[in-house]
Amino acid sequence: MAVANLSAEDEEILSRRQRSLWRDSLARLMRNRLALISGAVVVLLVFVAIFADKMAPYDYATQDLDANNAVPSYLMWLMPKHAERYAKIDNSFLLGADYLGRDLLSRTLYGTRVSLSIAVVASLVSLTVGTIYGTISGYVGGKVDNLMMRLVDFLYGFPFLIVVILLQTYFKALARVGAEGGFAKVLLDWNAKMGGMLLLFIAIGLVNWIGMARLARGQVLSYKEKEFVEAARAVGASHTRIIFRHLIPNVMGPLIVAETLAIPGYIFTEAFLSFSGLGVDPPTPSWGIMISEGVQNLRTYPLQILVPAAALSITTLAFNFLGDGLRDAFDPRMAE
Amino acid sequence: MGRYIIRRVFGFIPVLFAVALFTFILVRVIPGGPFDYAGEKALPPQVVANIEAKYHLDWPVTWQFVSYLFGDDVVEFLSAGKYQQPADGGSKGLIRGDFGPSLRYRGQSVTDIIKGTFPISFQLGLLAMIIGLSIGVPAGIIAALKQNSWLDYTATFIAVLGVSVPSMVLGPVLIWLFAVKLGWLPVATWGAKPPFILGLFPRDILSWKFWSHAIMPAIAMGTGMSASIARLTRASLLQVIREDYIRTARAKGLSERTVIAIHALKNSMIPVVTIMGPLFAAVVTGSLIIEQIFGINGMGRHFVQSVGNRDYPLLMGVTLVYTFLLLIANLMVDLTYAWLDPRIRYD
Repeated sequence: MAVANLSAEDEEILSRRQRSLWRDSLARLMRNRLALISGAVVVLLVFVAIFADKMAPYDYATQDLDANNAVPSYLMWLMPKHAERYAKIDNSFLLGADYLGRDLLSRTLYGTRVSLSIAVVASLVSLTVGTIYGTISGYVGGKVDNLMMRLVDFLYGFPFLIVVILLQTYFKALARVGAEGGFAKVLLDWNAKMGGMLLLFIAIGLVNWIGMARLARGQVLSYKEKEFVEAARAVGASHTRIIFRHLIPNVMGPLIVAETLAIPGYIFTEAFLSFSGLGVDPPTPSWGIMISEGVQNLRTYPLQILVPAAALSITTLAFNFLGDGLRDAFDPRMAE
Repeated sequence: MGRYIIRRVFGFIPVLFAVALFTFILVRVIPGGPFDYAGEKALPPQVVANIEAKYHLDWPVTWQFVSYLFGDDVVEFLSAGKYQQPADGGSKGLIRGDFGPSLRYRGQSVTDIIKGTFPISFQLGLLAMIIGLSIGVPAGIIAALKQNSWLDYTATFIAVLGVSVPSMVLGPVLIWLFAVKLGWLPVATWGAKPPFILGLFPRDILSWKFWSHAIMPAIAMGTGMSASIARLTRASLLQVIREDYIRTARAKGLSERTVIAIHALKNSMIPVVTIMGPLFAAVVTGSLIIEQIFGINGMGRHFVQSVGNRDYPLLMGVTLVYTFLLLIANLMVDLTYAWLDPRIRYD
């Protein structure tokens, strides 16, 4: 048989490790300097989030009312003329203190935790739920697909910010009243321990899977008629195997890219909710809360808003550049 | 086409109904009521009960919902007189254009509040969208036509920067720079008051007073929008100018200007139009924040506050107006789509 008589060269080609889609993409990503730097910034932020308690010079909630609105001398140029005379110059706070005399640097470092937790949890939830929902819908097709997509289209018409605001108001009021027992009590206890973050995760996670489900379905539709899926079906692979071994790995690329580009949106949503008093519970520091507190003092102590604002912008900037880099890496047609 | 539009508009009804039902129930499940406090002081239960009875909050929720949608007379008719229509006629119901009374702003109807505040949010959003389109589209085109030049890199970099800096940050920075540090522009409030032309547009649109107030919030809102439009325009135009029909157009000897302006641009606008829907939603979100930061008395402020105040009718009214606008925006996106791409046919 012809198969038995392979030349040495053919053997070599067959035994060479295949360059997978992922490996190719990784190689392209490594060549993109801006994306790499952004990736490094994201890693650094994760590091800060984990070790915030070791890095922060002060506790985030300790108030030093004698040093309220303190400004370090090297940042005095930020002050407006009319407020310069009243400013308390205090160099023990590296980036100054807020209106209650809490260290801005420490609060900003701790704030990384909230923003990054939201980014991680919201994207995991929406990625998992969205991928599974969309894949099933696209793979099964027919009536089921129609029904599932009708639901998604319907939910898509919903104004989601409104839903999140309502959910958060509900959760917060519930947390104030307290629950008698059972699941709700466990949930509320955990939420209190996490400074109000758990319910925020749920509210944001609940509403963000829809776009992901649409994307996943579109991807699956384009892949499920391809030859390799046909081949898998021909050798008798089960539906579960086809979905998890063949389809999901192939559709994952664009989904991860979309998710990375959606992360700034999650971070904004958290910041917006905290800004409106519907996010994490004070004194847990969140950049959104810090910005809303800073707005009150904007005309006299702009530093109090500029510090968290800079942190928020740098974080979203890093995720955006990284997402762009990932997109170019996974879809080389876009980069050219 | 006409039939398509009519069908879509009828399709709004179930969505609006579902949003109304969901909001109506959820906001009543939230613990705490609108009349628990008068200022800082808690009101005695008897007083609360009396006020609640005035607004029919003592009715079962189902009847309250029927009253909200169809009016008190329908409730009286359907419940066979068990729940009486008040002497002044009571609520006429949503289907007859009555959003009900505000529970927090006593003596004002929700319709009045929306009429007074919506035009301000509308003007702000419109200016932001004009800024977004008039900067975003040209910047994207230039970046695509001069691909990989320094112009392209600068534009792309600024665009990512613009996407990454939220209006929550940009607004205060603009205030700090132009109002506090330089003192060129006023810090807060909006420069136009009712009555508005056609109920929407400011009367003194040519005055410096209007623009000096409008310019910063509009830029704070429009920057992010123009950045994402620029990115999308660039990516889309780059794809289109590699198509065969562009090569054909060039081969026919058409000038580069004609090729780009007539053949490439229209097609490259299709993805841009698709994100106008989500962008419109972003305008709504943006207005909630910007109106708080700049102290603008628009509809966005009522949105967050009415939830906190448990001002049920006001929240319902604002929510339904937003939902309706969102649906209209999505419909307009689909129609523009069909105009740009003749292969898409709606019938």
